[in-house]
Amino acid sequence: MAEVNGKVCPLMTTAAASSCVGGAAFVSALQGAGFDFFAGVPCSYLEAPIACLEQSATGYVAATREDEAMSIAAGAWMGGKKLPVVFMQNSGLGNCINVIASLHQSYEIPVLLVISWRGHYGKDAPEHIMMGAVMPDLLSLFKVDHERIDLKDHAGQLRKIAASLMEKPRVYALFVDKGELA
Amino acid sequence: MSGFERRYVDPKDPRPTREQAIERVFAKIPQDALVVCANGHPSREAHRAKDRKGNFYMIGSMGMAPSIALGLALARPQKTVVVLDGDGNVLMGMGTLARVAATQPPKFVHVCLDNGEYGSTGGQKTISTQVKLEEIARGAGYARTMRVHTLDELGAAVALAVAATGPTFILAPVAAGEPRDLAPRVVHEPPAIARRVREAALA
Repeated sequence: MAEVNGKVCPLMTTAAASSCVGGAAFVSALQGAGFDFFAGVPCSYLEAPIACLEQSATGYVAATREDEAMSIAAGAWMGGKKLPVVFMQNSGLGNCINVIASLHQSYEIPVLLVISWRGHYGKDAPEHIMMGAVMPDLLSLFKVDHERIDLKDHAGQLRKIAASLMEKPRVYALFVDKGELA
Repeated sequence: MSGFERRYVDPKDPRPTREQAIERVFAKIPQDALVVCANGHPSREAHRAKDRKGNFYMIGSMGMAPSIALGLALARPQKTVVVLDGDGNVLMGMGTLARVAATQPPKFVHVCLDNGEYGSTGGQKTISTQVKLEEIARGAGYARTMRVHTLDELGAAVALAVAATGPTFILAPVAAGEPRDLAPRVVHEPPAIARRVREAALA
């Protein structure tokens, strides 16, 4: 078990990707689970699903900042969309703390964060190491439920998350490690 | 008390008050318009001027009002979406001017009530006296941008924007200082505010 800030962190166990999920399969599973609005700021780990969405009928809003993407998603939900998704690199999570606290979690607005886990296992470019280490704890502090993408049954996982968001609207984060979405 | 002295709106200030401007905007927009009210005094004054289901009162997330409005506009392109923004707010979320312009939402009325200061936090100066925000919106690609100086000009500008197609940015200088009769806090709880807006959007 790895430790983060002195605490055992089960997310840091070494379940290396035995396979990966294709970007198109992931997007189709998102849509099948009821997610119907997509915005974000790119990460190379999320290149494949974003490329699919850009060509899809639902489209993808390329935001200038991550908190802008989150706010556009909040507006789209209030405008009648069922479940929005925001893609981002975890470096952009820092830009989102204010909207997570004072917009989505305060107003009970649902959004699925598909967030890359740069800096996972402490192996990455220096700018990613700190956020990679604290990301799960940071999200927990802001009452954001989070889990890693389930490579064996991502469609079932997304259906469960969608049902949970419909029942209790809030922010929910899905972590994607290097090579897990291709 | 510290040496800080509260500065109230000067009754001789020729500019309209923010709440007068907000009232005038409400008088000129369709009944089913969705209105995103920036955090702080704009939300409180919009709530007092005309509380309605289609008003989204922000309590935080400064700078994000046009982003929220853009989401509403993307989900409901047939409805007029109005932003009651402030100069400090626009300066904080300036990238969003580009995102709105790139999207060209057809019925989008972005009103910036410019008092040149952070009015909800004690009146510290913004840089809006040095930076013409409507010119930045024009450069970003809003379909039309205006600067209006009276309530009648503001009303005419909003009416024009509502009738036109494409995003409009209206900069309206308003009196600086705190109103003597401070608008009370919004009575609705945040989750209720969001649900009301969603109902109004889907109506």
